[in-house]
Amino acid sequence: MMASSYNAKEDGHVTVPGGGTIQNKKPDNTAFKQQRLPAWQPILTAGTVLPAFFVIGLIFIPIGIGLYVTSNNIKEFEIDYTGTDMSSPCFNCSQSFSWNSTRPCTCALPFSLEQPFESNVFMYYGLSNFYQNHRRYVKSRDDSQLNGDTTSLMNPSKECEPYARNEKMPIAPCGAIANSMFNDTLDLYYIDPNGTRIQIPLMKKGIAWWTDKHVKFRNPGGNPNLTSAFQGTTKPINWRKPVYELDTDAENNGFINEDFIVWMRTAALPTFRKLYRIIQKKNNMTPTLPRGNYTLEVTYNYPVRSFEGRKRVILSTISWMGGKNPFLGIAYITVGSVCFFLGVVLLIIHHKYGSRNNTADIPN
Amino acid sequence: MLRRRLNRLFGRDERRVDSRTIYVGHRPCPATDAFIPPKFCDNRIVSSKYTVWNFLPKNLFEQFRRIANFYFLIIFLVQVIVDTPTSPVTSGLPLFFVITVTAIKQGYEDWLRHKADNEVNKYLVTVLEDGRRARKESEKIKVGDVVEVVEDETFPCDLILLQSSREDETCFVTTASLDGESNHKTHYTVPDTEKGLESLSATVECEQPQPDLYKFVGRMHIYKNDQEPAVRSLGPENLLLKGATLKNTQKIYGVAVYSGMETKMALNYQGKSQKRSVVEKSINAFLLVYLCILVSKALVCTTLKYVWQSQPGQEEPWYNQKTQKEKDANLYLNMFTDFLSFMVLFNFIIPVSMYVTVEMQKFLGSFFISWDKDFFDPEIQEGALVNTSDLNEELGQVEYVFTDKTGTLTQNSMEFIECCIDGFQYKNRDSSTELDGFCVTDGPVSMLQQKAGREEEELFLRALCLCHTVQVKESTGQEDGVGDQVDGVLGLDGEMVHPAELRGFIASSPDEVALVKGAMKYGFTFLGMESKNMRVMNRDKDVETYELLHVLNFDPVRRRMSVIVRSKCGDIMLFCKGADSSIFPRVRQEEVDRIRMHVERNATEGYRTLCVAYKLLSSEEYAQADAGLREARLALDDREAKLMAVYNQVETGMSLIGATAVEDRLQEEAAETMEALQRAGMKVWVLTGDKMETAKSTCYACRLFQRGTELLELTVRTLEDGGRRREERLHEVLLDYHKRSVQDPPPVKTRVTRSWTSAKQDYGFIIDGATLSLLFNSSPDSSHYKSLFLQICQNCTTVLCCRMAPLQKAQIVNMVKNSKGSPITLSIGDGANDVSMILEAHIGIGIKGKEGRQAVRNSDYAIPKLKHLKKLLLGHGHLYYVRIAHLVQYFFYKNLCFILPQFLYQFFCGSSQQPLYDAAYLTMYNICFTSMPILAYSLLEQHICMEVLMSNATLYRDVAKNAMLRWSPFLYWTLLGVYQGLLFFFGVRFLFSNPALQDNGQVFGNWSYGTIVFTVLVFTVTLKLAMDTRHWTWINHFVIWGSLAFYMFFSFFWGGIIWPFLRQQRLYFVFANMLRSVSAWLVIILLVLLSLLPEILLLVLRKPRWPHSRQPSEDRLLQTSRSLPSRPCPTST
Repeated sequence: MMASSYNAKEDGHVTVPGGGTIQNKKPDNTAFKQQRLPAWQPILTAGTVLPAFFVIGLIFIPIGIGLYVTSNNIKEFEIDYTGTDMSSPCFNCSQSFSWNSTRPCTCALPFSLEQPFESNVFMYYGLSNFYQNHRRYVKSRDDSQLNGDTTSLMNPSKECEPYARNEKMPIAPCGAIANSMFNDTLDLYYIDPNGTRIQIPLMKKGIAWWTDKHVKFRNPGGNPNLTSAFQGTTKPINWRKPVYELDTDAENNGFINEDFIVWMRTAALPTFRKLYRIIQKKNNMTPTLPRGNYTLEVTYNYPVRSFEGRKRVILSTISWMGGKNPFLGIAYITVGSVCFFLGVVLLIIHHKYGSRNNTADIPN
Repeated sequence: MLRRRLNRLFGRDERRVDSRTIYVGHRPCPATDAFIPPKFCDNRIVSSKYTVWNFLPKNLFEQFRRIANFYFLIIFLVQVIVDTPTSPVTSGLPLFFVITVTAIKQGYEDWLRHKADNEVNKYLVTVLEDGRRARKESEKIKVGDVVEVVEDETFPCDLILLQSSREDETCFVTTASLDGESNHKTHYTVPDTEKGLESLSATVECEQPQPDLYKFVGRMHIYKNDQEPAVRSLGPENLLLKGATLKNTQKIYGVAVYSGMETKMALNYQGKSQKRSVVEKSINAFLLVYLCILVSKALVCTTLKYVWQSQPGQEEPWYNQKTQKEKDANLYLNMFTDFLSFMVLFNFIIPVSMYVTVEMQKFLGSFFISWDKDFFDPEIQEGALVNTSDLNEELGQVEYVFTDKTGTLTQNSMEFIECCIDGFQYKNRDSSTELDGFCVTDGPVSMLQQKAGREEEELFLRALCLCHTVQVKESTGQEDGVGDQVDGVLGLDGEMVHPAELRGFIASSPDEVALVKGAMKYGFTFLGMESKNMRVMNRDKDVETYELLHVLNFDPVRRRMSVIVRSKCGDIMLFCKGADSSIFPRVRQEEVDRIRMHVERNATEGYRTLCVAYKLLSSEEYAQADAGLREARLALDDREAKLMAVYNQVETGMSLIGATAVEDRLQEEAAETMEALQRAGMKVWVLTGDKMETAKSTCYACRLFQRGTELLELTVRTLEDGGRRREERLHEVLLDYHKRSVQDPPPVKTRVTRSWTSAKQDYGFIIDGATLSLLFNSSPDSSHYKSLFLQICQNCTTVLCCRMAPLQKAQIVNMVKNSKGSPITLSIGDGANDVSMILEAHIGIGIKGKEGRQAVRNSDYAIPKLKHLKKLLLGHGHLYYVRIAHLVQYFFYKNLCFILPQFLYQFFCGSSQQPLYDAAYLTMYNICFTSMPILAYSLLEQHICMEVLMSNATLYRDVAKNAMLRWSPFLYWTLLGVYQGLLFFFGVRFLFSNPALQDNGQVFGNWSYGTIVFTVLVFTVTLKLAMDTRHWTWINHFVIWGSLAFYMFFSFFWGGIIWPFLRQQRLYFVFANMLRSVSAWLVIILLVLLSLLPEILLLVLRKPRWPHSRQPSEDRLLQTSRSLPSRPCPTST
């Protein structure tokens, strides 16, 4: 083709009389050009790899055991309050659901803890079959609006459609994620052995990532009065109250409400849990949640039955590795043992083959 | 192609005509009725492809014609048009990058071409216009202009030489820039035009432009004062080619006949046919597989999506409503756009960057060949030359080597060994040392037993001195100050030898020089030409002059050349020298018998033999011959054939006076090289135009044939034995040989594994050109015999084809190339007669020898010496193959395990095309995070030291037959990719069954999920490469650890800032938070290790097999290395 009919090398003929092809220079004798750069040439042999297998085995198995024990020591209690069952206290609430009902439906679930929860207890709500990772859902947000950008506040990104505007008014916060924010209220009561209900104080700070709370999410304008800052916007369709009324505490209101921030971090899988509250340990003497009877009071606002979803509350202690998850421990123990086992097998093979090789090599 | 396009561009009707008429100096001629100045193209050289205006569209068009670029363009357009999960930037940016870089490169090259064109086009030349000299820019020269060129200038266009400042009406040129031959060539003026250029009225009639540099046919009509126009024939010796340089001549005048793009030089710069390597074919095959994977993935996901959506409440749950537009869209259209979206989501499986990396690897990698100082030859002060970088890896795949003999296996530096005059043998005792060969002044000829008569002797020596086209180089004066010795030798007696030896002889073929030098040893010195007289100094130091009447040029078909000279005393003699087969039928039979024995003995000793004959022409005979020759030379068409006929007619009835034997020494290390190639499993075929005996002896000398080799001969001689029809005999012999070599011995396969020293019978096959053409062109059922022939050849270790015409060489190469299994062929040669086979073979190698530059120009690689072939193939070729094969496999692998988690994620996100990784990661993965280590690997890897590769030729067999890019290794890599992809995804999936992974109870979201998977991915694929790297230079260290560090740095950076102008801050502090989680660390370490475990295991288990396939020396290395963790490579010599 034309493309190849003239190339740079051949130009030499045109311009340089005497031929462009003639290179009179002796090639440089540099290590790089002669492909003689000093090089380390590792050779993986059974001899070098065998110890590695044993070392891996020896390191992984203890780690695995440690992880497994840690995970097992974590106390976790889970209660499903969806109310699909007739017998469930929340059955009524789950049946009669309407977005604009003014009277909240509440239900109380009694449960008992067999073992005391010693350290801080983390209260999660869990949803199942809720596709927070659906593409249409994940992208339906406007981070610059959430970052306090006033232009974006009034002009939500079109990614927020169809939750960008409500009757010409921009929605703050816009998008499907914000619109579907989890709005059940969960309260926990300890039933004293003598029958009195003691409300357990739930801390709502520290549940969101620090950077999210302090940098990524910001209320619009420097205006301390949130009501005026959000002037001209309307609340998301499914919300009962506007964003500036999420909390009374100014540090936890508007976009920097931690419940809101937690919700905005979309979950990876359709079954997920999100941190709801933290129950702090009061003192060293008493466990955070002593064993005994409890009641979970739910203000049932969030409908999940339309998509066959489930709602759970999880009470869990936390270790250095996070929540309860035996997977890592088991995986480490398995891999460690496999490596150790392989090491043994290889040792045998190496012993056999190695000696055979040596005898075979000697005549050579 | 170029020419056709240009023709269309400048399309003119006159092109239909076979010849063009040029009016010298644009002066109308009396003979023509009306002077119509014909239009020819101007003298502008346009080698550039683009102009400022058409650069963008044209370049883009050409780039998008590449299938890969087009594919990525389509993906990009789909992303722009359809609502796809990843932004158009992710695929647009890499594509834009690739396109821009290519465009800039091509633009720069074109700018260079423009500059070069301008330099040529704006060069000022002197043109005679109506008798006045005018300075003009070169591009303004028109056909018909009379142009003046002074010494050391290049000719601005193709000129017919009209007038020269030299007295003998000649001029000297070098065509170094055209064909690389740096010797001076003599060109002649057209007779009768020397005087009065201003008033010259002539027309030139010549053929239409054609690219052959050595052919030109034309005729000049000279009109003088209303006389009958004189007609002069024009040949290549009258044509001065654009690009050639005037030497040793003050100035010349010439008339432009071809200009601009019609000059022979321009016509010669046409693209060679593109050679593609097998690796590229493998890539395309793999690409198809991955395309299928891609499409099936997209189909599966689309189906799943609609199945999932059909469940109640899933398509549009209350929390995730569609927009009105989406609701209104047509269902089938939706399905289609969903399919496209999935295609886009998974399209990274076929990476744009692979093409870029492969191209870069080839381009940069080829520098190592030209940089290699082992290829540097101090004699010619040149190293290896790489004309194409597309075939580097093919050098590691060669199965058949076709080599020329003369100049390739042998040095083509000829030395006169002995001669035979009238049946008596003359041998110079000290022939090995050239300088003191001439030792005795009174008895220069040392005779073995008897002498021939003195007259015969002298006749023979005169013949040697006269029958050639050698020139005496005059410019030797610059060195050693012996310039005036050319004349000075006349007066000197004893010392004349010294300057004469130093005197340069220039000839088109080195054996002519050897013969002239040989004659000098025996006392006859050729002193050079003086106008048309050849001056020869005889033994008595008398200078004899002979008028050179005609030279009947050498050509490979006649295989002889003759001169017709007139001696002082008026005798007209014809001297002829040529191959025995072409001379013997033309001389008297009784003379032949006396000399044949000598010739054959010399031939078996590996010498090149020439027979010398002569004939006394009577004046009538001469007149007849002269007329015939002149007529033939004037002929415009079929000049060649006509000349040949006259030549054949003249060269009859001669008497044989002797024969010469010239030794053509073997190239340095020719035998070792050939042996190494054979040990490496290559089959070496020698294709030569030489005669069988000579070629055979060379083969023995090169150890291609060994003592135990059983030779199967298929030559004219064997066919003559039977006395039956030659074809029948041929078939019979073929069947016989086939039985012996193919059916009886064990099949070839077993031999590969067997050691080379085993007592297996080796076969050598010899065939000559005549038999070959009989085989190819005989009966219609010849295809059967052809395949028989091929089978025999394939079972022989060495095949020798002698007496081959250039085209037959190509035929042979073509036959092998297209045989079963399409083996990779390599042709190596040094001369113009090898060009056809160099172009035909997969890889063409030119040797920068003495026979000009054509082979080098047409080759893919050029090396100074044959011995360099060993390193080129066994060293560089092997390494390049391993490098590129690994590169290709690795690229497919790393993209498979990149995209597989993304595919699996679709099962967990409602098949909604949600990408697992952030767009930045998607884009950067192939561009930044994983591209440099593999590039460095593919440039620097030496899995086995170059020295070891060279000393153990059998290692070459390990990669033979595209071993690393066959389906089984591909399957292995693919399975590895699938295994790792599954591991990455599900490992993290199980970890995320509880997303509370931090010690403060906070949870991770989907972007953390993707980032963990991605981190595992980047580390795994990089460490996988690290494990495969056997040669860790600092560059490898830098690039591998640097990539990982860059990944970390980038992730921090990308997640550390709230990016302005972005509406989504998906990764804000995701990476940093991930690193705060111990669980994430633990899972990353676990998954990386688990992914690499099978690799490590395989490496260890594969080890015990190694020593068996290696030679003992390698064994020893392995043994020592077993005790040491690493093996130092010799880093300096």
